[in-house]
Amino acid sequence: MEYKDYYKILGVARDASQDEIKRAYRKLARKYHPDVSKEANAETRFKEINEANEVLKDAEKRAAYDQLGSRWQAGEQFRPPPGWDAGFEFNGAPNQGAQGQDFSDFFSELFGRRARHGGSAQQRPGKDHHAKIMLELEDAYRGGSHRISLRVPEIDASGHLAYRERSLNVQMPKGVRAGQQVRLAGQGTPGAGGAGDLYLEVQFRPHPLYRVDDSDIYLKLPVTPWEAALGATIKAPTPGGTVEVKVPPNSQSGRKLRLKGRGLPGNPAGDLYLTLEVVLPEATTARARELYQTMAQELAFDPRHALGV
Amino acid sequence: MESSLPISADSIFTLTLEQLAWTCSVESAWVCVLVDEGILNPPGATPADWQFSAEDLARARRAWRLYHELESNLEVLGLILDMQDEISRLHARLDCG
Repeated sequence: MEYKDYYKILGVARDASQDEIKRAYRKLARKYHPDVSKEANAETRFKEINEANEVLKDAEKRAAYDQLGSRWQAGEQFRPPPGWDAGFEFNGAPNQGAQGQDFSDFFSELFGRRARHGGSAQQRPGKDHHAKIMLELEDAYRGGSHRISLRVPEIDASGHLAYRERSLNVQMPKGVRAGQQVRLAGQGTPGAGGAGDLYLEVQFRPHPLYRVDDSDIYLKLPVTPWEAALGATIKAPTPGGTVEVKVPPNSQSGRKLRLKGRGLPGNPAGDLYLTLEVVLPEATTARARELYQTMAQELAFDPRHALGV
Repeated sequence: MESSLPISADSIFTLTLEQLAWTCSVESAWVCVLVDEGILNPPGATPADWQFSAEDLARARRAWRLYHELESNLEVLGLILDMQDEISRLHARLDCG
């Protein structure tokens, strides 16, 4: 288990006041909150920040943590000395919040041993679980079964927080959107009033070709200057397979062609937008240069006319 | 052992006030505040009739995270959520070229 330097994580001195800690936490939480931040490692950073705050904002936990001393380095292998927390009374179990916060082994070792057992109303259903899953766009388009893997936090016999791998074969409905919740009835914790449910929040993996906005799918479609100028019927990929599209004559780069109902399936289905991108052949041969020169001479064309230059 | 038979995932479902509060691990009263603030707009005349959608569930969970983890003010929570939605729409549009 690695030692965590909570002061370093929040960027405060070991003798920082509670107000300084609060200010540092708020600033970092705003920067790295996964709902707000676009930083690549936002989720990991936010968990660390939240965990550090959970300890340092609480006078008792902070005092107990300080007891460990400052000689430890972040990342150093760590085992708490016996009786390190004697005399400290923590205010209940680790704050699970609404999301069942995912704290580190280090935190669980120090503060997670007072796990709660039972105590909930007898006839209530078991707890619902929530998880996020990443899907390929094609999987959402087609629906069908997918094997997903989840890490489930569990309290072991000695009261420690441990993670169990859980693998599920899930039948996804067609046309799920990014950010959408799907429910797997009865896949939460078993309970006296029936098992809880498992809710999955769907997100898409970035796709090399397509971009998705709600149920609409966007694709940049390269075309030749003569296809754009003269019009043409060309092939375009879609998540459902290749289709033929008519490019109208005199199309410019940026022109959007809409294929109605070819976005994510649903009621109503989304649309597929093809954004034309005119790509010029390079003038690397004498013949190519000659053709461009012919155009320059024979086409009266000034794209900067409107700029007044 | 997990079953290898696929478990069906529903994308269309509704939750009552109690079910939504239970699954978000919050008090029903807190969900009522979200409705009072116009952050959630379930159909139904009284709390007993309210039907929350899958989208409401996602929004309620985001609202709770902002409220709990950033100690956001309830009055501006709706504004933050709307702005987040708008920013993601604009980002998606930028990416789409």
